[in-house]
Amino acid sequence: MSAASPSLRLFLRSTGAVFLKDLRSELRTRYAVSALIMFVVTTISIILFSLGSEGASTDALSGMLWVVVFFAAMSGLSRTFVMEEERGTTLTLQLLAPPGAVFFGKLLFNFVLVTGVNAVTVVLYAAFINGFVIRTMSIFVVTVGLGSIGFAAAATVIAAIIARANTRGTLYPVLSFPIILPLLLSVIDATRMASEGAFFGEAAGEFQLLISYIVVVIVSSAMLFEYIWKD
Amino acid sequence: MVLKILLGVLLTAVIVSGLGLPMSPHPQAWYQLPVIPGLEEKARIIFFHVPTAWLSVVAFLTSMVYAIQYLRKRDLAYDIRSSAAAGLGFMFCILATITGAVWAKFNWGSYWNWDPRETSIFVLLLIYGAYFSLRSAVETEEKRATLSSAYSIIAAVTVPFFIFIMPRIMTGLHPGAKGDPEGAGPVVEFKMAPNMRVIFFTSLFAFTLLFYWMFRLRVRTAEVETHNQLRG
Amino acid sequence: MNPTLRIAGKDLRKEFDRRTVFRDVSFSASAGETLLVTGRNGSGKSTLVKIICGVLSPGSGTLTVTQNADEPPRESRNLFGLVSPYLQLFEEFSAVENLSIAMGIRGMPFDPAAADALLERVAMFPRRHDQVRTYSSGMKQRVKYAFAMIHTPPVLVLDEPMSNLDGDGTAVVRAVMAEQRRRGILVVATNDMSDIETYDGRIDLNERR
Repeated sequence: MSAASPSLRLFLRSTGAVFLKDLRSELRTRYAVSALIMFVVTTISIILFSLGSEGASTDALSGMLWVVVFFAAMSGLSRTFVMEEERGTTLTLQLLAPPGAVFFGKLLFNFVLVTGVNAVTVVLYAAFINGFVIRTMSIFVVTVGLGSIGFAAAATVIAAIIARANTRGTLYPVLSFPIILPLLLSVIDATRMASEGAFFGEAAGEFQLLISYIVVVIVSSAMLFEYIWKD
Repeated sequence: MVLKILLGVLLTAVIVSGLGLPMSPHPQAWYQLPVIPGLEEKARIIFFHVPTAWLSVVAFLTSMVYAIQYLRKRDLAYDIRSSAAAGLGFMFCILATITGAVWAKFNWGSYWNWDPRETSIFVLLLIYGAYFSLRSAVETEEKRATLSSAYSIIAAVTVPFFIFIMPRIMTGLHPGAKGDPEGAGPVVEFKMAPNMRVIFFTSLFAFTLLFYWMFRLRVRTAEVETHNQLRG
Repeated sequence: MNPTLRIAGKDLRKEFDRRTVFRDVSFSASAGETLLVTGRNGSGKSTLVKIICGVLSPGSGTLTVTQNADEPPRESRNLFGLVSPYLQLFEEFSAVENLSIAMGIRGMPFDPAAADALLERVAMFPRRHDQVRTYSSGMKQRVKYAFAMIHTPPVLVLDEPMSNLDGDGTAVVRAVMAEQRRRGILVVATNDMSDIETYDGRIDLNERR
């Protein structure tokens, strides 16, 4: 790091500080995490009751997992920006930090949040939903990892947009869904492959797609964020 | 003036020839369209469905280009254009979805199948819907312009994943998808007979002209409205 | 003193919803000077304040900020400290934590002793480890001053400096203002002329619509 320019180091320090502030705030109040975990538990229970003794096809089960993940993401990932608007601290952050640091700090926070919740979701889902088996664990792990990054990336920039629009919750899934859909189709397909026991190499195409999606979304969000964030 | 007349002539020609010219299995005369096995009369819809789908994408890209210009220059005139293009795109997208569903019913048996191209037009419809919901939720003009511009750019960036990548990877019903024995299909590989091609490309051109004309009209209307609001 | 520290605005103009909030605003202030911004409620004082702090862009016109060449260079956002009714603190954290967060996000080193001393100056030392949400509005206002000053900004901008403060609080603020005049630039936006004793430049937004 000593070779990094001073302004880069400063930027990284600001980013880290934004991330830590959100993290400490969440650890202290635990609003998001507890609500999200309860949401996931409730949703999986509903699915369990709906399925009853009938199973569902591999395709359906792969898809439903990501439906749960999507709605959990919609419940929790807008909070990082909406909370600042509700508490009136947007101006404070605008004064303290360069826009890029706010974006990457909150992106990192959302990534940690969504990965944690997804880990719980996946474990609960695999444990309780009969018929959901993973035969190629390597594909599944990479899929959940890349999927989490992708969700965090798309959800964070849309959260920034709706927070500044003063509309809060209702528009969030409406705006997010078309953006997230390519990601969803990829991860559902890859999960199906993991369920059916495909070789790791067969999923390479989907992983390439996921990685390019992530790169494209993060780069364009980072460029757009300054316009969204500043008045 | 010239534009309007040209447009009227072209569209009439397209509609008449597209719907009216007879189809026969072994076309002899220039005005006889060939029969495409499996499609027959329903093939006529290609003159209308493909252009509307094409326009809904063109409009979206136009909207995005103006969105980028707005963010760079902060001139609300760009936002008027961005929103006008999006409005037209929304309309054409609805038309494309409907004509597509009609064709799907006659061709493949059901109105909707979640084939990749169908999914992409549906997603475009959702994007347009989301774009306008966002616009109606913001009160300040500048903020509305900024946020909707940002959204249309983000959406535009994910759209290629649908239109180009998905159909290659997933099998689909549309010509050009993986698993289509005909290859890229009549449109992409120019397997259309010459006279059909003439009508088709004229239709494409005419519809594009229509879009351009309607776009100019909408922009002028919006500018007059804004002007009146400021005075009144 | 900062001999070359200077802020200057030229022909600043801002519009919202196609309505002009103010236009043709020009000013200049150097180290040791006080700039006063007056105007009715809604005349755009807080908007101009945001533009000066660099958080809002003017519709047209330019704002130039020159740093003192003798001092180590700073990011431009770290040149300003702002106290405003619109600026909220992070309420789930304590006063000390807020100061630490501010320095962390600004990318500047945090000195706990300096923070304590500053909180002492604004008479918030005893409650400094309690969460800000538990403070009265007067206490929050005083912590806002500490928040604005923890990074020793060359330019201190005060929007409605005395809001929510009692006699003791206003005395603290006057001391702060005097100190800032010695070391840098002071900008005060207010309707109440008793808030401020002397000023060098004045922008009256009532005349600038």
